This record gives sequence, C-alpha cells and structure tokens, in this order.
Amino acid sequence: MSPLHIKKGSTKHSAYNLRPTFSDVQETHTIAVLVDNEAGVLARVIGLFSGRGYNIDSLTVAEVDHEGHRSRITIVTTGTPQVIEQIKAQLGRIVPVHEVHDLTVEGPSVERELALLKVANQGEKRVEALRLADIFRANVVDSTLESFVFQITGTPDKIDAFADLMRPLGLVELARTGVAALSRGVGSTA
Amino acid sequence: MVVQALKDQGVDVVFGYPGGAVLPIYDEIFQQNDIRHILVRHEQGAVHAAEGYARATGKPGVVLVTSGPGATNAVTGLTDALMDSIPIVVLTGQVPTFMIGSDAFQEADTVGITRPCTKHNWLVKDTARLSGIIHEAFHVATSGRPGPVLIDIPKDVQFATDDYTPKTKATVSHYQPQLKGDMDTITELVEAIERAERPIFYTGGGVINSGPAASQLLRELVEATGFPITSTLMGLGAYPASGDKWLGMLGMHGLYEANLAMHDCDLMINVGARFDDRITGRIDAFSPKSKKAHIDIDPSSINKVIKTDMPIIGDVGHVLEDVLKVWKARGRKVNREGLAKWWARIEEWRAVDCLGFKPSPKTIKPQHALARLEALTKDRKDRFICTEVGQHQMWAAQYMGFEDPNHWMTSGGLGTMGYGFPASIGVQMGHPDALVINVAGEASWLMNMQEMGTAVQYRLPVKQFILNNERLGMVRQWQELLHGERYSHSWSEALPDFVKLAEAFGAKGILCTDPADLDDAIMEMVNHDGPVIFDCLVEKHENCFPMIPSGEPHNKMLLGEASTKDAIGSKGAVLV
Repeated sequence: MSPLHIKKGSTKHSAYNLRPTFSDVQETHTIAVLVDNEAGVLARVIGLFSGRGYNIDSLTVAEVDHEGHRSRITIVTTGTPQVIEQIKAQLGRIVPVHEVHDLTVEGPSVERELALLKVANQGEKRVEALRLADIFRANVVDSTLESFVFQITGTPDKIDAFADLMRPLGLVELARTGVAALSRGVGSTA
Repeated sequence: MVVQALKDQGVDVVFGYPGGAVLPIYDEIFQQNDIRHILVRHEQGAVHAAEGYARATGKPGVVLVTSGPGATNAVTGLTDALMDSIPIVVLTGQVPTFMIGSDAFQEADTVGITRPCTKHNWLVKDTARLSGIIHEAFHVATSGRPGPVLIDIPKDVQFATDDYTPKTKATVSHYQPQLKGDMDTITELVEAIERAERPIFYTGGGVINSGPAASQLLRELVEATGFPITSTLMGLGAYPASGDKWLGMLGMHGLYEANLAMHDCDLMINVGARFDDRITGRIDAFSPKSKKAHIDIDPSSINKVIKTDMPIIGDVGHVLEDVLKVWKARGRKVNREGLAKWWARIEEWRAVDCLGFKPSPKTIKPQHALARLEALTKDRKDRFICTEVGQHQMWAAQYMGFEDPNHWMTSGGLGTMGYGFPASIGVQMGHPDALVINVAGEASWLMNMQEMGTAVQYRLPVKQFILNNERLGMVRQWQELLHGERYSHSWSEALPDFVKLAEAFGAKGILCTDPADLDDAIMEMVNHDGPVIFDCLVEKHENCFPMIPSGEPHNKMLLGEASTKDAIGSKGAVLV
C-alpha cells in the first residue's frame, strides 16, 4: 500500500471514470433532419454518429426542395433515452441543420422502406416465390426464365419477413433503401 | 477581397505562416497597413496565439495558414478551441479547384480533416461567395457557444475577382441560437434560491464567454444572495478570488471546501459549466442530495452527463439578468438561517487549509514559487496569466488569484501541452503594455519553444515562468500513485540550458535555484523590458494535491502534505 491507500499498480483507479452509469434500456427512434443541401452535410451527420459512438440502424437522404436547397435525412437509431436526447441535441448543433424531429415521440407517423430482391430458381420454387410475392404485394420488375427481381415496399419488419421467406427459395441479392418516414395527419414536420 | 472582409469584421491582427497556396492573400496583406500580421514559427503556435488573443480581448482570433501541412498543423489548435469554446477564424489555402482530388503538392482534404474539430467549416469554390462566407464564418464563430471555424480557399479562388459583399449586406444566417431563458424555469430557480439551505454556485467558462456583463451580473447575484461560489478551471476570474464568497476552484485538483460543498449542497446552480469528468468524479455519487439548475447556451450540454432538474437554455448574461429581476421583484428572499449554518460548515472545511505546504529552505517548492509570483504581481491590474498543461497548471489555478474575467488563459478541455507560450504571445498582442506571464513546466514549454523567435521578432515582452522539475510531473504523479512507482518515460534527460537558450534567441534568461533568491529573480523578470525565460528549478518529486482519484466522489479527496517522499512512513496523506 502506498501512503495514499491506493494499492500499488492498481488499475481500479484510472484517469477516467470506468463505471458506466446510465440505464441500458435501449429504444429505437426514427429521426427526421432537415438540412441545407450543401457539400459535406451528410458527412457531418455521419461523422457525428461515428465520432460519438451512436448507432445508425438505417439512413436515407435525398433533396426534397430543389429551390430551397433542402434535403431530408431520415435516421433510425437505437440507444438509451439519454443517448437519444443527446443525438437530437447534437444534430441540432450542426450549423446547416434547420430542424430535428423525433417522429417516434412526436405523435403517430408512417414509415416505409423499399427493397429489391433477386431470386433465382426453377420449377416448384418459382411458383412458390410468385405466390408469396402476391401475398406480400410485391411486384415483379424484372424477369428471366430462371429469375425474378421483386420490388416490395412496407415497414422494415415486412421486408425482413419477405426476405426470410425468399432465402430458401433462391434469394441471390437484396438491396434496401432504408426508412423514409412522415408524421400522420395534416400537420407537417417541417 | 479576403483582406477587405477581415477589415470589415474589425480584425486588426492575424497570426499566420505563408506558403504556396496562400500567396495571393499574403500579397494583399503586404499592400496594406490596417491589419497587422504576426509571423509565427509553427502553425500550431498561430492557432494557440489566436486563442490567447481571443480569450484576452473577447474578439475572435484570426489565423492564416497554407494548404496541406499548414492546415494539418492547425488541427490541434482547432480541437483545443472547440473543447474550450474559443471563437477563432482560420483561413487555409488550398490547391486550385481543378487540382482538388489529384493528390497535388501540399494538398490535404482540409475540410474533411477539420470537420470534427471545428464548429463549422467551408470550402469556397466560387469567388462570388467568398466574402459572404467570411462574414457568415465570423457570425458562427462568435454567436451561441463560441468555437473555431475554418474557411478553405483554393488558390484560383484567391486569384479571381468578383463583387464584394459588405458585412451589412451579407445574408442573415439561419444560425441564431436562443439567448433568453425560459421564464417559467427561471422562476422555478428563483423559488429554489429562496428556500435553499445549502446552495452553491458552480460557474464555468460560459460566464467568461458571455462577456464582462455576465461576470458583473454574477457578482451582483452572489453578493446579494450571500451564496458560496466555486468555479471550474475555465471560469476563474468571473468572480474575484478576493471575494469572501469564493471557495476556490473545484474538481480533481480543486479545493477541499469547494468539493465538499458541491457534494453536500441541496441546490446547485450551474452557470455556464458542463459537468466535465474532471469536475464530477464518480457520476453516480456526484452531489447526491442536490436539486440542480443548469444554465447553458448549448442544448446538448443539458443532461449530457448529469441529470438536471431545472434546465435553462440561454446566454448566461441574459439569464442571470432575468434571475436577478425576478428574485428582486419577489422581495430578495433567502433562507438566512440555513445559510448561516451552511457557512459555518464551509468554514470548518476551509480550516483544513488544503493548500498548506511546508516551504523548504534548500529547494524551491513549486507551490512556493507560485505563491511568491502571486504575491509580487497580484497588485497589477493588467496581469494576464497563461499556462501550459500539467501540475504547474493546477498549482497556478490553486495558488494564484484572479480578480477579473479574461485574465486567465489555459487549455482546459483538450489539455494541450504547448498551449501556453503561443497563447501568451496572442495575449500580449491584444494588450501590448500588460504583464503577460506564462506559467509553464519545462516539458510543456519545449513543445512550442520555437515561438521564442516570434516573441523576439515582435518585441513581445512575454515572461516564461518555467517550473523546472526535469520530470513530466503529472504523469510521474499518476505513475507513483497508480502504477506502482514505475516511472515509465516520465523524465527528461538532456534538457537545454534555458538561460543559454534565451540568449541564443536574443532574449533574457534567468536561472533560480535558491528559495532565498526567488523574490529578487521574479522582480528582475517582471521589470525586464523584453521576453524572459525564467528557469525555476523546483523540487522534483512534488505531487499536486488535493486530488480526487477518478472514479471517486467528491468526498473521497486525497489531501497531501509536503512531498510524497516526506509522507512515506508518516501519516502525511489522508484519505478523507
């Protein structure tokens, strides 16, 4: 023991607090961010998430107002309530960010994602794939004698379910857009 | 056009270093006399000098460097300014637009590299937008929570000409942070002030950043309520150290009375501080019995680390004004009985005299050196203190008193060794006749010693007060206490002879080894008209106390006594 009552070579006391202190209840939120459509703005948003160790489950971005040079970024993220609050505050700090909306807490909202699935198969499996596509209201957008490309829109869960069903039926490739979301009702988020 | 825009913004000094990609701007600077350019010896020095200038004058500091290595050398300074919320505007040259992306000579992705270490940055690809962006940059750097911004200007954009947009015609930015606090929460805070039995003000750099009026309002509120006040490293000077409500700095190396008062208070009023980990220690045991109010202009500071009961988003000056107004209108009530008991407890803690040390007749104790420096210079209103980072920085914060805001320049958030010397140059540029002292350790000081050339060239009489223990003192301290006294690479062999070093640069050097000579030597330094390197050889194994080991709460402070060596075998250090 040193005279300071710290064991020699102890790693219990570090230069930083090593005890995490917040609850570990994880929530998933969908956040809409309206930004100036200028060079580097997406890098700022993504850099914020990687730099501060936040999660991105899905991210979509596109210009929504050509005249006003505005883009809308929709981010689905998972974290503790404290982290979600921080994410919103940190997003709001970015200079080209105009508005940040947490669609998960600001009332009901609709979320949709589009996916393209390439399925290569023959015979019975081909018929089954088409039948399931019909149930899920997926459209065929390309076809050869041995393959289909299906287009499906819906919630991420619905696309997961459809992809799971297609896997044993010869799923070759899957492309997803990520979530786009709007609040329900007459009011606008932005 | 760049020079015109800078003039429009009231800039009178620029710290910089030329290079190929900024030559057109340097050519403009050559042909005018309104803006003074200070040639530093390293781009990092330019940014720290601009930080020192900004913090001492309240005006944004301006830096001009070239592309590639010029920009990458500025990164440490930018990060430092971001962490400490210092408004600076950095202009970097860039290779011509048509060469961007071709790995051209001295090309670097400057906006990419500096994106996470600036408040905002711009790559200007069109000369028509250049002046407007410069005006916007000054607006972003100085409004809201201040910070560094960077404008990357390709060489062809510098050469081209276009219409100039004057400041008054620049488009109004949508970036307009909220200044006024929410009145309902302010009223709630005033009610808490009226009832509190054990209140404390915990203030930070936000008070300084808000401007002199905020410090004035804070003083008025503290005096009128009679509440005790402590401050972070960055907030020293907002409330005068000579004031009787002053408890001293808090935190890892803060004063015993300040930390215990924070731990036991029932109302904590955070004014412009951010619950940094050097302040809070163990978070789940941080001030467990208190209601917490938090005044901050940055919404992301609220609830980031510590859950707040009364969050008030707004400028410290505006909010304090409203708090005072409401509190006065409701009859200036405080809980006098509770306060009297509270002060009695604080006086008991004060009586511990946590900064006590035994001066030695043989070697200079670093605490003693700073206590003497303080005693001999404190009457000078125009005294500015800068520091590097380490033990000397904490001792300076403990043993020196700051009466006014903007007189204390230190690297708090990033903890940048090598900050203090160039910062002192920036301070002296802002206040040419002032007494500017950089309290340094020899290791930190060597990190930017090349700026001695700058100080001599511009006849800046900055005093470099080096507490030389031939050790990386803070690292050594941690190794002693936490790593089994295995002193891995924490001492310097082959240190220069600092007196000869000063003379080599054409400056004055003073060596002091004997406590009996200290006062005369300090006065010799203060009275010399020119830059001085003061090599003060101090006790080599002194530890910096009090200390809260990280991961411990405020009431688990270590109090040291004399050197650790003396303490071995005696009761010396006490775990409170």
